[in-house]
Amino acid sequence: MSDSNLPLLIPFTFLLTALLIPLAGSVRRWASQPLAVAACLFSLGCSIAGMARVFDSGTFRHYLAGWQPPIGIEFVFDPLAAFFLVLITGVGTLVLIYSGPIAAEEIMGKRIGFYALSMLLLAGLTGMVVTGDLFNLYVFLEISALASYALVAIGDPRAPLSAFRYLTLGTVGASFYLMGLAFLFMSTGTLNMAEMAALLPSVNHEPQVVIGVVLILLGAGLKMALFPMHAWLPDAYTNASSPATALIAPIGTKVAVYLMIRVLIISGFPSIIAVISWVAAVGIIAGSILAISQSNLKRMLAYSSVANIGYIVLGVTLANPLAFIGAVLHILNHALMKAVLFMSAGGIFSKLGTLNISQLRGLPKKMPFTTTAFLIAVLSMVGIPPTGGFFSKIYLIFGAIEASAWVFVAVILISTVLNFFYFFRVIEFSFFKPATKADPAQEHKSETLKMDEMSMSMLLSTLILAAAIVVVGVYNGGIVDNFIAGAVPGF
Amino acid sequence: MTAFEFAEGYSAYFLLVVLFAIGLYGMMMKQNLIKKIMGMSIVQSSVILFFIVSAYKDDATVSVIDYTRGVTNPDLYLNPLPHTLMLTAIVVAVVTLGVSFALVIMIYKRYKTLHEPTLLELMK
Repeated sequence: MSDSNLPLLIPFTFLLTALLIPLAGSVRRWASQPLAVAACLFSLGCSIAGMARVFDSGTFRHYLAGWQPPIGIEFVFDPLAAFFLVLITGVGTLVLIYSGPIAAEEIMGKRIGFYALSMLLLAGLTGMVVTGDLFNLYVFLEISALASYALVAIGDPRAPLSAFRYLTLGTVGASFYLMGLAFLFMSTGTLNMAEMAALLPSVNHEPQVVIGVVLILLGAGLKMALFPMHAWLPDAYTNASSPATALIAPIGTKVAVYLMIRVLIISGFPSIIAVISWVAAVGIIAGSILAISQSNLKRMLAYSSVANIGYIVLGVTLANPLAFIGAVLHILNHALMKAVLFMSAGGIFSKLGTLNISQLRGLPKKMPFTTTAFLIAVLSMVGIPPTGGFFSKIYLIFGAIEASAWVFVAVILISTVLNFFYFFRVIEFSFFKPATKADPAQEHKSETLKMDEMSMSMLLSTLILAAAIVVVGVYNGGIVDNFIAGAVPGF
Repeated sequence: MTAFEFAEGYSAYFLLVVLFAIGLYGMMMKQNLIKKIMGMSIVQSSVILFFIVSAYKDDATVSVIDYTRGVTNPDLYLNPLPHTLMLTAIVVAVVTLGVSFALVIMIYKRYKTLHEPTLLELMK
């Protein structure tokens, strides 16, 4: 019975470390990062052990303080949760290893706060994934949200205002979620996910259940920055410090998708989701077009996040197994790709001093390894085999074909072309743009074009993630069969 | 059930939805950041009250066993769960307020204004 504490252990390790880091940091300033990485590694180990156990003997639960589910809160470790936990802790570990030198450079005096907050963020995210109680989920949602507001606020001078706008919109999202939960709670009288899923079919046609689900989906949409509700995301990602963006962007919004998947599974995929499919499809195209018109690299990546959330939501709301697999696989791929892209963007900013796309000339010569990692992520973003992005898009397209939704097939194909446009603008400027002789600033730069790479730990973790993109692509069949197929709900 | 009875029976809920909408209006249309925070607070309070109202029953009392009222009829006792849940939600709301005020102080120190259009102008 001892290792049935596993689901509890993961978020609580982070909570404990969040308390330990300020203590340790006040004695030894350098201790905060190793502590954070150690907590992440420990949780990664727990997640992998739990995953092995889930695939060995099925879902297992932990009852908090021994109270059985309808009364107490349970933590559930099922295949979907296992997948998300390994993803969050894995990406989190590598980003925190990466963050050492760049945090010292960008946010020197605030490192202890940064690591303590990143632990709180991970506690909230992993807690949301393992909990089996809808109100408990709200609490973890707000823990992660509050931590990410503060993380965003540590950044350049404009960051506090972006964080403020993120905070107001995020709080409205949480309020919508809570309001929807009130409707569901009033019609079923329970907050436990499994029990609610069992009770809802008998009240399924009551309008208040539909209203509740719609409100929850609205709240989740605000949190994940689904297209018309994405206003907070570009500013927040652009103005936050590089390590904070690299940590929040890959995993922060994905967990809101997880919340959406959970609620849809509980409510048995009501027909209202057809509307969300269309919203997501509009979001894919709009996000890609907005990304094309950006001149700042981080801002462009932020808009591409908006587009990619569209893919994931589209896959979930098409409500068939192939599209669902595509969506979950795309969550994995997009987390890896965005981590690599934002990590290399952080490195580029620290070495070149600019993120303006038109001033990236000479990048491949100056930072060959970073550029390689960036290029792999771009290829995956566009969807070129053997990288992971190709396979998740293929699953999504097959899912759309199975649902006979030809418009969505067209949307995915068109957006691939748009992806090609905005990413190859970066590649064009960095590889092929000739130096303009008239510009003395450019000429000065071409003199100093010697190799100047990111530091070892930054480079190593970026390259590991870039390699993971290819590995996911090559072994996508095995990943789908072993890790995702078990998580597909009955439709 | 006539429309009037429906409106009367659910009057508290209608009021709270109006409150929710007022809060959203304040957040969207007001240009001062403090007023936006007020709107946010109204939204949160309306949700909290929504839960509390859902636990209300006519002629019921707090959920402490009262032998003079009998212990077999659940209609005589309120459901305590929404109240306890909302204690947590209030804590979350307070923390959110704290963080938002901290951010507002940072913004004011840097830009000497809390007027959003001016701030957006300064940020460019």
